[in-house]
Amino acid sequence: MIHDLVVVGAGPAGLTAAVTAAGFGLRVAVLDAGSRAGGQYHRHRAGRPPAWPPLARLHTVEHLAEHRVWAVERVADGFAVHAVAGEREGTPVTVTGRRLLLATGAYDRQLPFPGWDLPGVLTAGGAQALIKGNGVAPGRRAVVAGTGPFLLPVAVALADAGVEVSAVLEASRPTPRAAALAPHSPARVVEAAGYAVALARRRIPYRTGRAVIAAHGDHTGLTSVTVARLDADWRPRPGTADELDCDTLAVGYGFTPQLELAEQLGCATTPDGFVAVDARQATDIPGLSAAGESTGIGGVHLAAAEGESAGYAIAGRTPPRALLRRRAALTRFAAGLRALYPVRPGWLSWSDPDTLVCRCEEVPRGRIEDAARLGADDVRSVKLLTRAGMGWCQGRMCAEATACVLSDVLDRPIAAPPPTRPIGVPIRLGDLAQGAS
Amino acid sequence: MTGAPEPTPVHPPGTDHFRIGVDGRHIPAEAGQTVGAAMLAAGIRSWRTTRFAAKPRGLFCGIGVCFDCLVTVNGTPSLRACLVDARPDDEVSTT
Amino acid sequence: MSELRPSDVVVIGAGVVGAACAHYAARAGLSVTVLDRGPVAGGTTGAGEGNLLVSDKQPGPELELALLSLRLWAELADGEHDFEYQRKGGLIVARTDAEASAMAATAATQRARGIIAHAVDAADLPAYEPHLSPDLTGATHYPQDAQVQPALAAAALLRSGVRLHTGVTVTGFRRGRDDRVLGVRTSHGELAAGAVVNAAGTWSGAVAALAGVSLPILPRRGFVLVTEPLPPMVRHKVYAASYSGDVAGDDADLASSAVVEGTPAGTILIGASRERVGFDRSFPIPVLRRLAAQAIELFPFLAGVSVLRAYRGFRPYCPDHLPVIGPDPRVPGLWHACGHEGAGVGLAPATGHLVARGLTGKDPEFDPTPFAPTRFAEVSS
Repeated sequence: MIHDLVVVGAGPAGLTAAVTAAGFGLRVAVLDAGSRAGGQYHRHRAGRPPAWPPLARLHTVEHLAEHRVWAVERVADGFAVHAVAGEREGTPVTVTGRRLLLATGAYDRQLPFPGWDLPGVLTAGGAQALIKGNGVAPGRRAVVAGTGPFLLPVAVALADAGVEVSAVLEASRPTPRAAALAPHSPARVVEAAGYAVALARRRIPYRTGRAVIAAHGDHTGLTSVTVARLDADWRPRPGTADELDCDTLAVGYGFTPQLELAEQLGCATTPDGFVAVDARQATDIPGLSAAGESTGIGGVHLAAAEGESAGYAIAGRTPPRALLRRRAALTRFAAGLRALYPVRPGWLSWSDPDTLVCRCEEVPRGRIEDAARLGADDVRSVKLLTRAGMGWCQGRMCAEATACVLSDVLDRPIAAPPPTRPIGVPIRLGDLAQGAS
Repeated sequence: MTGAPEPTPVHPPGTDHFRIGVDGRHIPAEAGQTVGAAMLAAGIRSWRTTRFAAKPRGLFCGIGVCFDCLVTVNGTPSLRACLVDARPDDEVSTT
Repeated sequence: MSELRPSDVVVIGAGVVGAACAHYAARAGLSVTVLDRGPVAGGTTGAGEGNLLVSDKQPGPELELALLSLRLWAELADGEHDFEYQRKGGLIVARTDAEASAMAATAATQRARGIIAHAVDAADLPAYEPHLSPDLTGATHYPQDAQVQPALAAAALLRSGVRLHTGVTVTGFRRGRDDRVLGVRTSHGELAAGAVVNAAGTWSGAVAALAGVSLPILPRRGFVLVTEPLPPMVRHKVYAASYSGDVAGDDADLASSAVVEGTPAGTILIGASRERVGFDRSFPIPVLRRLAAQAIELFPFLAGVSVLRAYRGFRPYCPDHLPVIGPDPRVPGLWHACGHEGAGVGLAPATGHLVARGLTGKDPEFDPTPFAPTRFAEVSS
């Protein structure tokens, strides 16, 4: 059976698009890697769904949970989505649709620093997932560090889970210009202010212009971190280093979009590395749409507005003007917010030649610098010479950092190209071989 | 597999409780909880060593992206502990 | 970028063949500049497995080149650079009696040329490869087959007093009286040279065209699947007897047979497909499925092993499956070192050695006529 629409990703963008399109009578399938719909934002414990309207309409679509999509391809009458169903043994599944919407989201961007591979160092999103999805606090005493507004809800969630949060360390100094954003989206500013109040009520210090520049521990994992004040370029100010005891560090420097499926279809990307879409979330590939964080980091409200716009457009309806206005305002707000939290190159001074950049293949920074001296001048040739980015995660954790190290050595800007991953997620050879001719 | 500070579960025990085995030790788990979350809740935060430098690893990204948390469950290798939901009587083995 | 300086020799292409030409030319005392529009090993070299094979070659000029190369690679590996040189040995396996007897006949002719080739009975196969399928009828073991990490090898060869400029595209040739090549024009200015070596691999035809001559080099696409890292499970390069037939075949359509080998990093590499589809950069899923199925047929344990990634390369294919090596009499001063199809890493040092001897006026070690650039029907402009 061919669906009218196949959606990859059951987060705010994907599920909103799916139920919107289904509301217009389209036959919709939603494939999602998670065991429960909701994505990262609406992640929840089994049997405790949040009050999010699209979840209440989940029955209007075919929700294929625990489906890992490893490839998408164009076929005669639309798109074929190849997945493995089941997180354990797995069964190969192919779902076809006349239209395809990619809502694959994003994950926390990481900047390597000494000790970032110690157990107990978690991504900010990972710390939140443990609490929201599992009801498990990651530790007893935590530091939250990185950049961007997402650090605030993570700190609040940790505190509410009973974790002592020593501090939230925001590497940027966003305050002076933040007020300029208010006219675009007052509700969001109030929301941010709400988190500020929540932090204060929980007595969690929020410090800007500071970062964790090293993590320390033993064979059991993290025991403390070194914190320092940063200059405008994120270089530690001499004499400001301080050590904080903690068993947990939740860290994230913004987000990296999941682009491999869009890349498999050859769809156009923006100069800053997102899927390029128009106001109705259509990509340059006929029949292919994209929505949510993979088209630009903008948070849950923008993702949902994009998903809803996509749902209307895919069903052949004109999105209501109020929706398009809201989407446009949220887009402007998101762009302004992103501008407040840029990653500055001084983070490179936190690491040394022995600091791992590629966690999977255990490639330290010094080997990447050696590769640059051997004639590597892009991320791919570094990979060929050092194995950085060749391992299990396929460069998701290290490609951007590798590009920064390379830029630093070669003294010119080098971007991490959109990922080429013909195998989007690992698949067992036996599953791949099924259907071989 | 090494121990660390034992965090307390956020929510009080519900009805759907069971135990899973981790390298021969029994730990509590709940329906809908991942193997990795159950291990962390039991104070196990590192359960794999890297193949070159033998460094300890456990959960990192927590959402299925980084593959640091690989475990073997009931003989099936290379599963992401942060994604696999625990089931009663699962036998998790680590390397 | 540092300045382009006049050189005795300009090599176009920083793949393994260009790197070997540069290395041996520099060792012979010439000043050498290597230009590449991309990075080191950015083309077919970086997409290769790094095989140094004699097992897949019939007696003839290519095998002579391979034997010389094997000797030279072993010598290079004794030097200061580490490029993961391994004498792992090859194991060709037969699935039917017919395949087994054809394989034995080939091995006999190779032995006559001095290749070491041991017949292995089906019963003895587990001693060579404990995880092979029990359904195989026999095998031939080639202990001389070896492997290097191709990108590291190319980078190592370029560290021998060679000037390297990546990100520089050659746009034309400077010509003098008698049409002699006096250097190259590039995206970054002109560069005078006594001789220019076209080592642009699959793109060598386009470089030759800049000099007004034709070379019939076409892309032959191939894919490799890479598994998760595992403890050592596959010791040799193991491949199906049908592989050599695919290599020698002329079909434009998909031909594939299982090639399975482990790497020092623990991953297992799975090939090999051949198709002539131009520079089509897509990853057709049916081809990936077939490679997986064929590998599992040889090693059933692979069914439960995850594949992490796949990559593609475009082999520089010549109609007679032989490389093009030597001076081009149509354009004095222009040399070719290209068209090695899937054997570029294996044949690179001997190619570089031959070219360097020619450039310094020395006699070649053996007759280079089969590799002559003008051996194809003339379709020159």
